[in-house]
Parts: sequence; structure tokens; C-alpha cells
Amino acid sequence: MRFSYYPGCTLKTTAALLENSALKAARALGIELIEQEKWQCCGAVFPLAALEIAPFLSSVRSLAAAKDTGEKLVTICAACYHVLKRANHVMKTDRDVCTKANNYLQLPEQYRGGTEVIHYLELLRDEVGFPTLARKVKKPLTGRKIAAFYGCLLLRPPAVMQFDNAENPSIMEDFLHALGAAAVDYPYRTECCGVYLSVQNEEIVAEMVAKIINSALSHGAEAIVDACPLCHYNLLELQKKTPQGKSTLPVYYFTELLEEALDLKDKVEEKMAF
Amino acid sequence: MKITRDNLCSSIVKEIAEISGENVAGCYQCGKCTAACPVNTVMDILPHQVLRFLQLGLVEALLNCNTIWICASCFTCAGRCPRGVDLPGIMEALRLILLRKRGFSRIKAGVIPRVADKGMPEQALVSAFRKYTR
Amino acid sequence: MKRIGVFVCWCGTNIANTVNIEAVTEAAGKMPGVVYAGNYKYMCSEIGQSKIKSAIIREKLDRFVVASCSPRMHESTFRKTAAAAGLNPYLVEIANIREHCSWVHKNKGEATAKAIALIRAAVAKAARDKELWATQIPVEHRALVIGGGIGGIQAALDIADAGFEVDLVERTPSIGGHMAQLDKTFPTLDCSACILTPKMGEAASHPKITLYTYSEVEKVDGYVGNFEATIRKKARSVDLEKCTGCGICWEKCPSRVKSEFDEALSMRKAIYIPFPQAVPNVPVIDRASCRWFTREKCGICRKTCPAGAVNFDQEDEVLQKKYGAIVVATGFDVLDLDDFGEYSYGKHPDVLTSLEFERILNSSGPTGGRLLRPSNQSPPKNVVFIQCVGSRDKSRGKPYCSKICCMYSAKHVILFKEKYPEAQAYVFYIDIRTAGKDFEEFHRRAVEEYGALYLKGSAGKVFPDGDKLLVKGVDSLSGHALEIEADMVVLATAIKAKSDAPQLARLLGISTDTHAFFMEAHPKLRPVEAHTAGIFLAGACQGPKDIPETVSQASGAAAKAIVLLSKENLLSDPCVSEVNESLCTGCLACIKVCPYSAITEKTIEEKIHGKALQRRVAEVNVALCQGCGSCTVSCRPGAVNLKGFTNEQIMAEVDAICL
Repeated sequence: MRFSYYPGCTLKTTAALLENSALKAARALGIELIEQEKWQCCGAVFPLAALEIAPFLSSVRSLAAAKDTGEKLVTICAACYHVLKRANHVMKTDRDVCTKANNYLQLPEQYRGGTEVIHYLELLRDEVGFPTLARKVKKPLTGRKIAAFYGCLLLRPPAVMQFDNAENPSIMEDFLHALGAAAVDYPYRTECCGVYLSVQNEEIVAEMVAKIINSALSHGAEAIVDACPLCHYNLLELQKKTPQGKSTLPVYYFTELLEEALDLKDKVEEKMAF
Repeated sequence: MKITRDNLCSSIVKEIAEISGENVAGCYQCGKCTAACPVNTVMDILPHQVLRFLQLGLVEALLNCNTIWICASCFTCAGRCPRGVDLPGIMEALRLILLRKRGFSRIKAGVIPRVADKGMPEQALVSAFRKYTR
Repeated sequence: MKRIGVFVCWCGTNIANTVNIEAVTEAAGKMPGVVYAGNYKYMCSEIGQSKIKSAIIREKLDRFVVASCSPRMHESTFRKTAAAAGLNPYLVEIANIREHCSWVHKNKGEATAKAIALIRAAVAKAARDKELWATQIPVEHRALVIGGGIGGIQAALDIADAGFEVDLVERTPSIGGHMAQLDKTFPTLDCSACILTPKMGEAASHPKITLYTYSEVEKVDGYVGNFEATIRKKARSVDLEKCTGCGICWEKCPSRVKSEFDEALSMRKAIYIPFPQAVPNVPVIDRASCRWFTREKCGICRKTCPAGAVNFDQEDEVLQKKYGAIVVATGFDVLDLDDFGEYSYGKHPDVLTSLEFERILNSSGPTGGRLLRPSNQSPPKNVVFIQCVGSRDKSRGKPYCSKICCMYSAKHVILFKEKYPEAQAYVFYIDIRTAGKDFEEFHRRAVEEYGALYLKGSAGKVFPDGDKLLVKGVDSLSGHALEIEADMVVLATAIKAKSDAPQLARLLGISTDTHAFFMEAHPKLRPVEAHTAGIFLAGACQGPKDIPETVSQASGAAAKAIVLLSKENLLSDPCVSEVNESLCTGCLACIKVCPYSAITEKTIEEKIHGKALQRRVAEVNVALCQGCGSCTVSCRPGAVNLKGFTNEQIMAEVDAICL
């Protein structure tokens, strides 16, 4: 199985752990992720102004490049997934913006949203298949109670993202079950973590994180998994600053657990946050 | 407060509609957005009131509120709005008017080295710059 | 010895939660005459009824008591059960242990004791039940429809189409009602006249329908299947047969008075038709404003009428006719705004009720359909619509929702904006109620497509300010007090029952609610029937309604009337009064109290000590008697008895509870 792969800035720096574990697991599962040449930053946030074109031209370039290879475009970072998928949706549905973007980019061939953007979790679910994944698990995470945290970027806005049922998703829980773990259901799993507000308003984010962590804890979670570098940072770093100050819950990228279950973990390597 | 057709259809009201691509008349003030918002407790004007103020043409109050800077574009409101109103897009329009038309900048350059040292992901820094500056 | 069965119903949890069913059943089993007592979760169900039937056979029961809900609900059900098991249906008694017991008590011990007492009374009464037989009364195959609005027209057409004769009585000179005044109808915006006038024409030309316009029902006697109505055909002063409707008379007439049809926004003549499409297209002379009748001068209409149809000597005509069924469709009035001075209605010509606004919109209205301010005939730029004027106002207006205002205000906004796209509409509302097919979507169009600014809250006061109207109000959603400079203010004024509805109710022997709307027999299950058998309700006379609802109810009322008219005979209720002549002293107090004129006097001959003596006694006409029992309580010697509810039975019930 061969796919175009868009890594994004964060995965090459602070979230290298996410990329490394994901790529290692992909190799073990027989998936070839071909990193795109000359990819550019997606912009991290999707431009919401109706008439803006410039901010997502870099996304369109990546999308068009994937189309040229005839492959689906895989992302691991939730933010990149969000931005690329929404940019693609605009290219598909808004003729005016599409024409302008094509005029601006002067691509060899017009791009009209033909590429399919998929997240690594979708890759596991739809291309590998969770039953197959379960069979390939070498060290099942039996008995581990893990809370999945979805955050915003994968799910919303639902009409465009169409990632899973936005109010009651199951893909991460199904993933955890495939690894042999017990998924903890808790009501805050699709809430917002506070995103970039932590740059200037740490106290607001700390409160939001506290609600999420406490909800997971009170439902019996022993760890929390996420799929977004920013969620990961907020959950990990700001739970130390929660008003209560004492809630502690290990935070993993979902790919770290995948790596562990497939028994790919370097034995000497200790778990590190970043 | 005097309400006139001129206020209701002022150029800035039209501009907000143009930037966001949204018709605020679509909102019937059920308050779902506010009820769903994860940061509603620290906003000075609640999300549904933002829409109401726009319906009444009261733009200046919105350009001076903290709500538009606290909104993190999490899309919880938009996903649940029974009228399909894209409130995050409207928040963005209000921010853009300040950032681009009025030379406003929300971010304090001094915070960057501090947060970057803590291992703040690039994603956060880029997002903040995109949302808070021109 | 009687063999009485008692069947206690749980009514699911309705009774069983408050009444100890087992204790009640056990107590009932020990009551005098009771040979069997049982209980079941739903006695009215097929299974419950078959339990009763098998007990009747197995235990050789000769009568039974069902302890359950109100007899209004299931007495007829259990009478049929009795009949199916070979018992006379009048050997069934109901002990109401739901409405009279479980629903009104909280304490289970007390409720159980009360249930036992109620059953003991019913058992005592049942022991004295006698077999009764219903008699047959013939049905008059003609219907009377009172009120010629869209409800009355629809009911009349439906009944007539079923092949029965219908008399349609309308008080004003033309049929059509309020619907004829409307411009467009929500939510489709089709022209009101365009859909109404064909129906009016159909009613006028239907071979089975007789129109009595400018006529009123003065008296109604009789009973279901056999009503007798007195109808006054007011003198029209124009011969219906001769008049061609040419219009010369009202052109020439010099007297001008305010037009009722145009809500006093235009003038009509003393000889007039209310509106161009009037049916019949024959004018009437309003004698109170006619120069001939007030001053014995003029007579120009008579002189100019080419058909010689004007007849000043015409007199009221009084008809007596028999009917099997009556449909009441008398419509509504608009609330008088005298108590709502803050809106400046009547003080400034640009403050209008919605019905007046409707006339201004209408192409046959006072402005020929041009929407202009009444004060200076200029186009309005800002119009404020105020909803709930007198509706949902328990202090000065009506506590109920008038139901149609949200929708017609949205319609007014749309029609106004269609005429003036650059203008602005404001709507003050308390809640928006758009429960109807395509209604919410229609309302949203007014907001989103036509840009009406809906303001949640009230208008406090309308200040006339030169040629403007300053409306002070509030937007409670944003918490802002507002001032709007308006060119016109339209008040969505409450709907109320016709002011003379209570008189008509008395005349018909039907009841009204606290707001003088006619009461339906059951708010859910018998919404088109009045409490009095044979009288049916249609339209806003029963409560605020829009056109589709009125038409539906009218067709429903018509269907009920048709069912009745289709019968050759009706079974009369055998629970009527009878006079024991040997006890009757001939005082005839019963005649005075009988509301149905069912009692007359007669002379009988009897032999006393060998001498033939004549004396006066009371006699009951069983066809007229409705079994109300007034006569039995007025009778001092106790000679009058109501079958099924005899004095002996009532006293036995009292004894059973008290002793």
C-alpha cells in the first residue's frame, strides 16, 4: 500500500515522537508513506474569511501534487489534516475560489479537489482494517484503561470533515480495542483543549484541560491518547497547572501505543514527552 | 438606543457579511452556540449575543470585546447550530477588521521566546500568529 | 336475591398507584348482593371485557358494577359488554374511582376507603336497576348552518354534497366572512378572494343549499334529529329576485357611512353591497342611515332602479323550519383596543390593527391596493409590527394566544417588503409560534429574505411625533431599550369570541368557555361536537383558528352532521322522566323547571269511591326529555322519577355511603 504523505512542521520538530512512531508502525504494517517533496506549512489554522485565497495556496499545492501521483494524501497531524481537508473541500465546492487559486498557482494541470485526504487513523481503519491490525498486534495492551481524546480539528465542522460521527465518534476507541486495550468512555472526549490560547492565556486553557483530565480520571482512565500535537502539549503541560494542581494522567500519542502493541519500541528508549 | 435602517445596513455590517460569507439574519437566538461553547465563562459578550448585536447593527461593541479573541475556532457551535450559522467565520471577520483595517495586533512579541522554550509546538505559534496578527 | 358482579380496574397505574386494588376487590366481594368481585389491569381492553363476559356466564350475574374511570369515558363500552353477554345494558353501573378518587387523592389509605365507599354506592344502585329499552325517534334530514364565513360555507357544501338540504344563515348582507376581507393567505400567499369566491359561488348555486343572508336565527327548540329553528330574514328593502346587481342604486345614493367591510377605512352608501364579489350580489338598505327611512326624503334608489327591485315596504320575514343537525360557524371578533391607550390607536391614523392593514393591502380595499399611510397617502419607509396586542395578556386583554398573529404578521412583512423593497420592517414579538405545515419556513423567509428585524420584547408606547410615530420598545435578547421612528404601526390585535356568542349559546343550549368561545364536547376526542347532541362546531367560534384549521373542522363537523342525517331513526336515551300519576298532585312545578319544554299537563279520570273524578297531572314527552332530572327535584310528592336514576336509587347510594 502506497500513499502520499504530508508531515507538516510540528511533526518535524516538537512532535517528532508522533511522526517517528507513526512511520515505524506504518513500515511494520507494510504501508509505504512517501513524503511529498517541497511540502510547505499548511498554515496551522484554516482561513475562515470567505474571500481569502492566499492562506491556503500551499495546501492546494500539496493536494495537487498528490493528485499527480494518483495517491491518497495521508496526514498524521490533526491540524494539517483539518486544513488540507477543508482546503480540498473549498476547491471541490467553491468554483470561484477554485478558479482564482488555479489562476494564481499556474499549475501544469487545473486542480479541482480530486485528491482524497485521509488521516493516519483512517488509514488504519479503512486501508489496513482494525481486524487486521488486531491480528498483527504482538503485545496486546490487555487490561490498560485508556481514554481517547479527539479534540476539535479531526471532527469539526462535521459537514466538511466527515471524519466520524462528530458528537459520538468511535474510531479512536475502535483503534484502542484493536490494540487490546479497554477504551474509557467519558463525556469530555470531543471538547476543545484550548488550542493556541495557551500561547497567551494559559489560565483559560488550564481550566479547560482540567475538565478533560478530571472527566477521564473519574471514568477510570489510566492514560489518555490524542492525535494532535497541540492537544498533546496542552493536556500534558497544562494539567500540571490545573486549578486543582494534582491531577496527573499520562498522555500518549495514539501512535505510541500502536508502536508498543506492535512491539516496535526501542527497549532502551524511555518514554519522553517531546 | 435609536434603531434605524441605516445602522442595520451599515457598510461595516455588510463588510462582516462579505468577509464571513454569513447572513446573521439566519440566527434565531436559541443560544445553542453559547451553551456549547467551552470558553463561554470567560467571554464578555456571549456567542449568541455576538450574533444579536450584529443583527441590531451594533458592531463597535463587538470590536471592543474580548470574546472575539477568546474564541478558539473550535467549531463546536457551528457543528451544533440548528440554523447552520458559521459563527467562527463571523468571529474571524470581526478579528480581521481589527487586524487588517485598524492595524490591531493581539500578540505580544515578548511571549514567544518564553513559550517556545517550553516546547510549545510550532502549530500553536503559527496558529496564534495567524489569528492574532495581520 | 340479586347476583351482582364487581369488576375493579387498575387503569394501568392511574388507579392502582393510589388505590389498593386487592383491598378494594376483597371489600367489594363482601357487599350485599355481590356474588363475584375481580380486578384487571385494563378493564376496557378486549381481554378485560371478555373477563366480564365470562364472569357473567360463569357466576350467573344478573347485573354488574365496573369500578373504573368516569362513565363519560367507558359507560357505553361496558353497556355493550353487557349486551354482548345477554344482559340489558342498563343493568350496568360505573363507580368512578379514577377522576373522583385516584386522580384527586394522594394518600393511598384514604383513596382506598373512598373507592370502597363509591363501589358500595354503585352496588346499592345496581341492586335497584331495572331493565330499560331505548325507543326510536325519526330524523329530519336537513341541516342548519349558522354563519356564512369560510367555515360555514365549507360545512354547508360538504353536507349538501352528501345529498342533504342545508340552510345557510348569515347575519350580514353577504357570505364570505373575514376571509373575504383578507388580501393574501399564509403560508402560500395565494389571493384570498381567488380561493374564496369560487366557494361562495358554489354555495349560492348548489341545488341543496338555501342561503339566508341578512338573516338571524332567533330561536331553536327541539332536540337532536328534530330541531325547530326560527329564522328572521331582515328586510333587505331590495327584492332578491328582481335585482340584477347593476349598481345604479348605490352609485346614486347620497348617504355615506363608514364601511364595516373596510374596517371603517372607507365609506359606503346607505344602499350597498359590502364588497364587489358579494354573494348574493344584491344590495341592502341600511335603514338607520337611509334618508328615506330617517327623513322620508330621497328615494332616489327606487326611482333609478331599472328592475324596480327597491321595495321600501318590505318587512322582516320570520321562518320556522325543522332540522336534524346544526353546525355553528359564527367566527370571531377583533379585540377592542380602548384599554390599550399606549399604542395610540385611534389617536393617530397611521396606527392600525392588522385587519385594517389587511384592507389597505387589498386591491379591493380603500386604497385600491396601494400601501400608503392613511395620514398623508405617502409610502411608508419604516413599519413597526407589534404582536400579542391583547393576546397572552391576562390583565387587560385575553390570556390565550390568538394563534394566527405570528403568521399573518410574517405575511404582512413580506407583502410590505414586496411593495417597498428598500423599506424596513420591525416586528416586536414575545414568542414566535409557527406550528403548522410550512409555517416556520414562511416566518424564516420574512426574517432572512425580507430582512425584517424581529425584536424579542414589547413595545412600551407609541408616541405620535409630528408625522412620525416614535416607538419605544425593548430587545430583551441584547438587553437594549430601543427607539424606532416609524411611519406606520400595525397592531396584531387579539381575536375574541363574538360579543353575542353567549346569547347564541343560550339559544342553542350549548356551553361556552370562560372566554365565550363555544365548548367542544371533549377537547381531544370530540373537538367538533358541542355538548348538546346534534350541534356541531366549526371555526374560530370554538377558539382562535387559521383558515386551514377552520376548513378542516368545518369538514369534520359536516361529516358528523352527515352521519346523523343519514340515519332514519335515532335511538333515544331511555333514561327519561316518568310521572307516577297516582302520586302527582297536579301542582305542575315540574313544567316551570323543565328546560326542554318536555312536560305538559293532562287530565285523567279516575274512580274514587265509585265516582268518576277528573284531575290534572303532569305528563312527560319522552322524545323531548333529556333526562336532566330537574323535574324530579322540584316534585314535592316525589311523583316524578328519572328512569335509571330513580329517587329510590339515589337514596340507596346515599345510604350506602353514609350508613
